[in-house]
Amino acid sequence: MTARTLLVRGMLVGVVAGLLAVAFSSLFGEPQINNAIAYEAAHTPPGDHEHELVSRTLQATVGLAVAVLVYGAALGGVFGLAFAFAYGRLGRLGARPTALLVAAVGFVAVYAAPFVKYPASPPAVGNPDTIGRRTALYFLMIVVSVAVAIVATLVGRSLNRRLDTWTASLVAVAVFVAVVALAGLVLPAVDEVPGDFSATLLWRFRLASLGTQLVLWTTFGLLFGALTERSLRRQADKTPQAAAVG
Amino acid sequence: MAQVSALSTPHSAPAPVAIPLRDLLPWAVFGLLLVLVAVYFVGAEQGATSLVSGHWVHEVTHDGRHILGFPCH
Ligand SMILES: [Zn+2]
Repeated sequence: MTARTLLVRGMLVGVVAGLLAVAFSSLFGEPQINNAIAYEAAHTPPGDHEHELVSRTLQATVGLAVAVLVYGAALGGVFGLAFAFAYGRLGRLGARPTALLVAAVGFVAVYAAPFVKYPASPPAVGNPDTIGRRTALYFLMIVVSVAVAIVATLVGRSLNRRLDTWTASLVAVAVFVAVVALAGLVLPAVDEVPGDFSATLLWRFRLASLGTQLVLWTTFGLLFGALTERSLRRQADKTPQAAAVG
Repeated sequence: MAQVSALSTPHSAPAPVAIPLRDLLPWAVFGLLLVLVAVYFVGAEQGATSLVSGHWVHEVTHDGRHILGFPCH
Protein backbone atom coordinates (compact mmCIF):
# COMPACT_ATOMS: atom_id res chain seq x y z
CA MET A 1 0.00 0.00 0.00
CA THR A 2 1.60 3.24 -1.17
CA ALA A 3 0.56 6.90 -0.97
CA ARG A 4 0.23 6.90 -4.76
CA THR A 5 -2.24 3.98 -4.74
CA LEU A 6 -4.31 5.67 -2.04
CA LEU A 7 -4.33 9.02 -3.88
CA VAL A 8 -5.53 7.37 -7.10
CA ARG A 9 -8.10 5.27 -5.22
CA GLY A 10 -9.31 8.40 -3.44
CA MET A 11 -9.80 10.25 -6.73
CA LEU A 12 -11.70 7.33 -8.29
CA VAL A 13 -13.90 7.02 -5.19
CA GLY A 14 -14.32 10.81 -5.44
CA VAL A 15 -15.71 10.46 -8.98
CA VAL A 16 -18.24 7.84 -7.81
CA ALA A 17 -19.14 10.02 -4.81
CA GLY A 18 -19.48 12.96 -7.21
CA LEU A 19 -21.93 11.03 -9.41
CA LEU A 20 -24.11 10.21 -6.39
CA ALA A 21 -23.88 13.84 -5.23
CA VAL A 22 -24.88 15.08 -8.72
CA ALA A 23 -27.96 12.82 -8.58
CA PHE A 24 -28.83 14.06 -5.08
CA SER A 25 -28.35 17.74 -5.90
CA SER A 26 -30.35 17.53 -9.16
CA LEU A 27 -33.26 16.05 -7.20
CA PHE A 28 -33.10 18.25 -4.10
CA GLY A 29 -30.99 21.30 -4.96
CA GLU A 30 -31.97 22.27 -8.51
CA PRO A 31 -35.68 22.91 -7.75
CA GLN A 32 -34.59 25.39 -5.05
CA ILE A 33 -32.05 27.07 -7.36
CA ASN A 34 -34.77 27.47 -9.99
CA ASN A 35 -37.18 28.96 -7.43
CA ALA A 36 -34.49 31.40 -6.34
CA ILE A 37 -33.78 32.40 -9.95
CA ALA A 38 -37.53 32.94 -10.49
CA TYR A 39 -37.55 35.24 -7.44
CA GLU A 40 -34.51 37.05 -8.82
CA ALA A 41 -36.09 37.52 -12.25
CA ALA A 42 -39.26 38.93 -10.65
CA HIS A 43 -37.16 41.51 -8.80
CA THR A 44 -34.97 42.59 -11.74
CA PRO A 45 -36.25 45.60 -13.73
CA PRO A 46 -37.23 44.59 -17.30
CA GLY A 47 -34.42 45.11 -19.82
CA ASP A 48 -31.85 44.74 -17.07
CA HIS A 49 -31.42 41.00 -17.67
CA GLU A 50 -27.93 39.87 -18.56
CA HIS A 51 -27.39 37.91 -21.75
CA GLU A 52 -27.08 34.19 -20.95
CA LEU A 53 -23.72 32.74 -21.96
CA VAL A 54 -24.64 29.20 -20.92
CA SER A 55 -28.33 28.21 -20.92
CA ARG A 56 -30.05 27.37 -17.64
CA THR A 57 -30.65 23.80 -18.82
CA LEU A 58 -26.94 23.32 -19.48
CA GLN A 59 -26.00 24.92 -16.15
CA ALA A 60 -28.37 22.65 -14.24
CA THR A 61 -27.14 19.43 -15.91
CA VAL A 62 -23.67 19.42 -17.50
CA GLY A 63 -22.46 22.43 -15.50
CA LEU A 64 -23.59 20.95 -12.18
CA ALA A 65 -22.01 17.61 -13.05
CA VAL A 66 -18.66 19.17 -14.08
CA ALA A 67 -18.39 21.27 -10.91
CA VAL A 68 -19.39 18.49 -8.50
CA LEU A 69 -17.24 15.82 -10.22
CA VAL A 70 -14.12 18.03 -10.26
CA TYR A 71 -14.72 18.89 -6.60
CA GLY A 72 -15.39 15.24 -5.70
CA ALA A 73 -12.29 13.91 -7.47
CA ALA A 74 -9.99 16.55 -5.96
CA LEU A 75 -11.30 16.20 -2.41
CA GLY A 76 -11.39 12.41 -2.81
CA GLY A 77 -7.68 12.52 -3.69
CA VAL A 78 -6.84 14.56 -0.62
CA PHE A 79 -9.08 12.27 1.44
CA GLY A 80 -6.98 9.31 0.21
CA LEU A 81 -3.81 11.09 1.34
CA ALA A 82 -5.33 11.96 4.72
CA PHE A 83 -6.19 8.26 5.08
CA ALA A 84 -2.60 7.38 4.11
CA PHE A 85 -1.44 9.57 7.00
CA ALA A 86 -4.00 8.28 9.52
CA TYR A 87 -3.86 4.54 8.78
CA GLY A 88 -1.52 2.73 11.16
CA ARG A 89 -1.25 5.82 13.37
CA LEU A 90 -4.53 5.26 15.23
CA GLY A 91 -3.59 2.20 17.26
CA ARG A 92 -5.04 -0.98 15.78
CA LEU A 93 -7.94 0.78 14.05
CA GLY A 94 -8.60 -1.04 10.75
CA ALA A 95 -9.00 0.35 7.24
CA ARG A 96 -12.81 0.70 7.29
CA PRO A 97 -13.20 2.55 10.62
CA THR A 98 -10.12 4.68 9.83
CA ALA A 99 -11.67 5.72 6.49
CA LEU A 100 -15.00 6.55 8.13
CA LEU A 101 -13.29 8.57 10.87
CA VAL A 102 -11.20 10.53 8.36
CA ALA A 103 -14.37 11.20 6.32
CA ALA A 104 -16.26 12.44 9.39
CA VAL A 105 -13.43 14.78 10.38
CA GLY A 106 -13.10 15.96 6.75
CA PHE A 107 -16.84 16.67 6.43
CA VAL A 108 -16.88 18.71 9.63
CA ALA A 109 -13.60 20.57 8.97
CA VAL A 110 -14.01 21.27 5.23
CA TYR A 111 -17.75 21.91 5.07
CA ALA A 112 -19.89 21.71 8.22
CA ALA A 113 -17.95 24.07 10.51
CA PRO A 114 -17.52 26.80 7.83
CA PHE A 115 -21.22 26.26 6.94
CA VAL A 116 -22.25 27.16 10.50
CA LYS A 117 -20.64 30.59 10.10
CA TYR A 118 -21.17 31.21 6.38
CA PRO A 119 -24.01 28.92 5.20
CA ALA A 120 -24.52 28.09 1.52
CA SER A 121 -26.93 30.47 -0.20
CA PRO A 122 -29.10 30.16 -3.33
CA PRO A 123 -29.03 32.70 -6.20
CA ALA A 124 -30.51 36.14 -5.34
CA VAL A 125 -29.21 35.89 -1.76
CA GLY A 126 -26.03 37.92 -1.66
CA ASN A 127 -25.02 41.27 -3.08
CA PRO A 128 -22.86 40.93 -6.26
CA ASP A 129 -20.75 43.88 -5.03
CA THR A 130 -19.59 41.97 -1.92
CA ILE A 131 -18.56 38.74 -3.71
CA GLY A 132 -14.85 39.44 -3.11
CA ARG A 133 -15.30 39.93 0.62
CA ARG A 134 -17.68 36.97 1.01
CA THR A 135 -15.36 34.63 -0.90
CA ALA A 136 -12.31 35.72 1.10
CA LEU A 137 -14.15 35.23 4.41
CA TYR A 138 -15.50 31.80 3.40
CA PHE A 139 -12.10 30.52 2.28
CA LEU A 140 -10.50 31.94 5.42
CA MET A 141 -13.06 30.05 7.53
CA ILE A 142 -12.25 26.79 5.68
CA VAL A 143 -8.49 27.30 6.15
CA VAL A 144 -8.95 28.04 9.88
CA SER A 145 -11.27 25.07 10.38
CA VAL A 146 -9.00 22.59 8.54
CA ALA A 147 -5.86 23.88 10.26
CA VAL A 148 -7.48 23.66 13.71
CA ALA A 149 -8.74 20.13 12.94
CA ILE A 150 -5.17 19.03 12.08
CA VAL A 151 -3.70 20.68 15.19
CA ALA A 152 -6.45 19.22 17.42
CA THR A 153 -5.80 15.74 16.00
CA LEU A 154 -2.07 16.04 16.75
CA VAL A 155 -2.84 17.34 20.27
CA GLY A 156 -5.14 14.36 20.86
CA ARG A 157 -2.49 11.94 19.62
CA SER A 158 0.22 13.33 21.89
CA LEU A 159 -2.18 13.35 24.88
CA ASN A 160 -2.94 9.69 24.17
CA ARG A 161 0.46 8.83 25.68
CA ARG A 162 -0.75 9.97 29.12
CA LEU A 163 -4.56 9.81 28.81
CA ASP A 164 -6.71 6.96 27.53
CA THR A 165 -7.93 7.16 23.92
CA TRP A 166 -11.49 8.21 24.83
CA THR A 167 -10.40 11.13 27.01
CA ALA A 168 -7.68 12.24 24.57
CA SER A 169 -10.24 12.22 21.72
CA LEU A 170 -12.69 14.29 23.76
CA VAL A 171 -9.97 16.86 24.48
CA ALA A 172 -9.15 17.03 20.74
CA VAL A 173 -12.83 17.61 19.86
CA ALA A 174 -13.10 20.26 22.61
CA VAL A 175 -10.02 22.08 21.27
CA PHE A 176 -11.51 22.07 17.76
CA VAL A 177 -14.96 23.30 18.84
CA ALA A 178 -13.54 26.03 21.13
CA VAL A 179 -11.05 27.49 18.62
CA VAL A 180 -13.44 27.35 15.64
CA ALA A 181 -16.27 28.88 17.70
CA LEU A 182 -13.91 31.67 18.71
CA ALA A 183 -12.94 32.26 15.06
CA GLY A 184 -16.64 32.40 14.18
CA LEU A 185 -17.19 34.96 16.92
CA VAL A 186 -14.31 37.18 15.75
CA LEU A 187 -14.94 37.05 11.97
CA PRO A 188 -17.54 39.50 10.59
CA ALA A 189 -21.08 38.29 9.88
CA VAL A 190 -22.53 38.07 6.36
CA ASP A 191 -26.29 38.67 6.18
CA GLU A 192 -27.54 39.59 2.73
CA VAL A 193 -30.89 37.78 2.58
CA PRO A 194 -33.51 40.09 1.00
CA GLY A 195 -36.35 40.92 3.41
CA ASP A 196 -39.06 39.23 1.33
CA PHE A 197 -37.04 36.14 0.37
CA SER A 198 -38.87 32.89 1.21
CA ALA A 199 -37.53 31.42 4.46
CA THR A 200 -38.75 27.97 3.38
CA LEU A 201 -36.82 28.21 0.11
CA LEU A 202 -33.66 29.28 1.94
CA TRP A 203 -34.00 26.42 4.46
CA ARG A 204 -34.60 23.83 1.73
CA PHE A 205 -31.66 25.04 -0.31
CA ARG A 206 -29.33 24.90 2.68
CA LEU A 207 -30.53 21.40 3.58
CA ALA A 208 -29.92 20.32 -0.03
CA SER A 209 -26.39 21.74 0.13
CA LEU A 210 -25.73 19.95 3.43
CA GLY A 211 -27.15 16.73 1.97
CA THR A 212 -25.00 16.97 -1.16
CA GLN A 213 -21.83 17.28 0.93
CA LEU A 214 -22.98 14.49 3.24
CA VAL A 215 -23.46 12.17 0.23
CA LEU A 216 -19.92 13.01 -0.94
CA TRP A 217 -18.16 12.41 2.38
CA THR A 218 -20.20 9.34 3.35
CA THR A 219 -19.27 7.74 0.03
CA PHE A 220 -15.61 8.68 0.55
CA GLY A 221 -15.62 6.99 3.95
CA LEU A 222 -17.60 3.84 3.17
CA LEU A 223 -16.48 3.03 -0.38
CA PHE A 224 -12.80 3.90 0.15
CA GLY A 225 -12.78 1.88 3.39
CA ALA A 226 -14.37 -1.15 1.72
CA LEU A 227 -11.97 -1.09 -1.27
CA THR A 228 -8.90 -0.66 0.94
CA GLU A 229 -10.00 -3.45 3.29
CA ARG A 230 -10.45 -5.76 0.30
CA SER A 231 -7.03 -5.00 -1.15
CA LEU A 232 -5.36 -5.46 2.27
CA ARG A 233 -7.02 -8.87 2.67
CA ARG A 234 -5.85 -9.93 -0.78
CA GLN A 235 -2.30 -8.91 0.09
CA ALA A 236 -2.49 -10.79 3.40
CA ASP A 237 -3.80 -13.91 1.64
CA LYS A 238 -0.94 -13.84 -0.86
CA THR A 239 1.72 -13.53 1.85
CA PRO A 240 0.32 -15.20 4.98
CA GLN A 241 3.52 -14.63 7.01
CA ALA A 242 3.16 -10.87 6.46
CA ALA A 243 0.25 -10.95 8.89
CA ALA A 244 2.60 -11.75 11.74
CA VAL A 245 5.00 -8.88 10.96
CA GLY A 246 4.40 -5.54 12.71
CA MET B 1 0.86 -12.50 21.31
CA ALA B 2 0.18 -10.76 17.99
CA GLN B 3 1.94 -13.63 16.26
CA VAL B 4 -0.24 -16.23 17.96
CA SER B 5 -3.51 -14.46 17.13
CA ALA B 6 -2.38 -13.84 13.55
CA LEU B 7 -1.53 -17.52 13.07
CA SER B 8 -4.75 -18.72 14.65
CA THR B 9 -6.86 -16.52 12.34
CA PRO B 10 -4.98 -16.50 9.03
CA HIS B 11 -7.74 -14.61 7.22
CA SER B 12 -7.93 -11.63 9.57
CA ALA B 13 -6.48 -8.32 8.34
CA PRO B 14 -2.85 -7.71 9.30
CA ALA B 15 -2.00 -5.17 12.00
CA PRO B 16 -2.13 -1.69 10.41
CA VAL B 17 1.31 -0.53 9.22
CA ALA B 18 1.76 3.22 8.83
CA ILE B 19 3.26 4.67 5.64
CA PRO B 20 6.47 6.59 6.55
CA LEU B 21 6.08 10.38 6.44
CA ARG B 22 8.97 10.85 3.97
CA ASP B 23 7.11 8.63 1.46
CA LEU B 24 3.95 10.62 2.04
CA LEU B 25 5.33 14.14 1.71
CA PRO B 26 5.79 14.47 -2.09
CA TRP B 27 2.28 13.10 -2.68
CA ALA B 28 0.86 15.40 -0.01
CA VAL B 29 2.37 18.42 -1.84
CA PHE B 30 0.97 17.17 -5.15
CA GLY B 31 -2.47 16.53 -3.61
CA LEU B 32 -2.54 19.96 -2.00
CA LEU B 33 -1.79 21.67 -5.33
CA LEU B 34 -4.46 19.57 -7.03
CA VAL B 35 -7.17 20.44 -4.51
CA LEU B 36 -6.23 24.16 -4.47
CA VAL B 37 -6.53 24.42 -8.27
CA ALA B 38 -9.80 22.44 -8.37
CA VAL B 39 -11.46 24.28 -5.47
CA TYR B 40 -10.31 27.62 -6.90
CA PHE B 41 -11.91 26.95 -10.29
CA VAL B 42 -15.10 25.45 -8.88
CA GLY B 43 -15.43 27.94 -6.03
CA ALA B 44 -13.96 31.30 -6.97
CA GLU B 45 -12.77 31.78 -10.59
CA GLN B 46 -14.62 34.60 -12.41
CA GLY B 47 -16.40 35.44 -9.19
CA ALA B 48 -14.17 37.07 -6.64
CA THR B 49 -11.09 36.93 -8.87
CA SER B 50 -10.44 36.02 -12.49
CA LEU B 51 -7.49 34.34 -14.23
CA VAL B 52 -9.30 33.28 -17.41
CA SER B 53 -11.05 36.02 -19.40
CA GLY B 54 -14.81 35.97 -19.90
CA HIS B 55 -17.56 34.49 -17.76
CA TRP B 56 -17.84 30.93 -18.99
CA VAL B 57 -16.08 29.25 -16.04
CA HIS B 58 -18.47 31.02 -13.67
CA GLU B 59 -21.46 30.17 -15.86
CA VAL B 60 -20.60 26.47 -16.16
CA THR B 61 -19.75 25.91 -12.49
CA HIS B 62 -22.56 28.19 -11.31
CA ASP B 63 -25.08 25.70 -9.87
CA GLY B 64 -22.37 23.50 -8.38
CA ARG B 65 -20.77 26.55 -6.81
CA HIS B 66 -24.01 27.43 -5.01
CA ILE B 67 -24.87 23.88 -3.95
CA LEU B 68 -21.35 23.01 -2.71
CA GLY B 69 -21.48 26.03 -0.40
CA PHE B 70 -19.31 28.64 -2.14
CA PRO B 71 -20.39 32.30 -2.23
CA CYS B 72 -21.85 33.40 -5.57
CA HIS B 73 -24.59 35.92 -6.26
ZN1 LIG C 1 -24.87 32.53 -8.54
